[in-house]
Amino acid sequence: MELKNGIKCVVWDLDNTVWKGVLSEGDDVALYPQIKEIMEQLDQRGILQSVASKNNYADAMRKLKEFEIDHYFLYPQIHWEPKSKSIGAIQQAINIGMDTLLFVDDQPFELDEVKSVHDSINCLHAERYTELLTHPSLIPAFITEDSKKRRLMYLQDMERQQEEESFTGTSEEFLKTLDMKFIISEAQEDCLKRAEELTVRTNQLNSTGRIYSYDELNYFRHSPDHKLFVCELTDKYGSYGKIGIALVEMNETHWHIKLLIMSCRVISRGVGTVLLAHIMQQAKQAGKRLLADFKNTERNKMMYVSYRFSNFKEVSKEEDGFVILENDLTQIQKFPPYIDVLVS
Amino acid sequence: MQLQEQIRNFILANLVVFDDEVEFSDDDNIFELGFVNSLFAMKLVTFIESEFQLTIESDEMEISNFNTINNIVNFIQSKSVYK
Repeated sequence: MELKNGIKCVVWDLDNTVWKGVLSEGDDVALYPQIKEIMEQLDQRGILQSVASKNNYADAMRKLKEFEIDHYFLYPQIHWEPKSKSIGAIQQAINIGMDTLLFVDDQPFELDEVKSVHDSINCLHAERYTELLTHPSLIPAFITEDSKKRRLMYLQDMERQQEEESFTGTSEEFLKTLDMKFIISEAQEDCLKRAEELTVRTNQLNSTGRIYSYDELNYFRHSPDHKLFVCELTDKYGSYGKIGIALVEMNETHWHIKLLIMSCRVISRGVGTVLLAHIMQQAKQAGKRLLADFKNTERNKMMYVSYRFSNFKEVSKEEDGFVILENDLTQIQKFPPYIDVLVS
Repeated sequence: MQLQEQIRNFILANLVVFDDEVEFSDDDNIFELGFVNSLFAMKLVTFIESEFQLTIESDEMEISNFNTINNIVNFIQSKSVYK
């Protein structure tokens, strides 16, 4: 099958895809062989799963529970609307690129309908479902603690959203109730896999689009001329995992941010510039000038705006599209009062 | 609606301020009033670009163009469509 690399979410049809038979026509449906094992394996790999099925919600959910597979699915879309709409809803809720979704269905019509609206989505005919576990696009380079917990982290997100929607106060009051802790530390060996995973996964907020390998990151971790910061966010619902990294090159006069990455998942929590503010404070304390690399990747405008609104100014443009920014460190934002920032 | 009022409403609705009871004039520095995180920064840029049908160039993305209501208004008016 021709799939792009790096599938993050598999969206399953139900009738004649996950199970044999059509539920709404009263069939006594049965799971296809190995379906459950495949779902469990994908889950272990940190690949998310959802459902886009034309069925009655209550009936289909009852069946999924009976088969003990209901817990795998985030934002299941079970209704009679077009599947392109279901896919759109799932993609928005999970907040990942359409080209990282794989839609599995037994009906060519449904595959085509989805493809006609979402051009970049990956599609697979259900009769080939046994290929899912062996295809390279569904085998992540590393499986980390964070990837195994990924589904749970998204479930916590769903809880947070429900609470946020029912909260009637202002957004800062809501943020205060979350009891957020933002933990910044220098990278240890056990978080390098996650750091590498972040460079590969997080296109939207990567300051340069550069991707680093495990070995490169490990080199920087040991290098006396570099600092590799990793940050984690927790709140009263649990941990978001490692959600940001920064690679800083140091010499006698300068600190230079070569890479800054923030996971898109935490942007709505208003923590996107906390790590940057921390590096600014540290550089100022060390009495160094602070530079930063930026390269436009079409998906990281927010990173550019964040740098500029943190008072970084462009000092030069390189031939390969890199922009060098400098901060005179005269204005450094205080950390927001609704986050407890811990530096270890 | 006055430009000033439009910008003020946007800031009140989107900036997470340090003090709930905040009052600020058209010349107060909003970067000192609340925490300007990535999300707010991006929303503000998108709001100005779409609401006033203009494009903010890289070299215009200076804090000094956006740190007070009046500076934002001046910036918008300096762009050709509003001249």
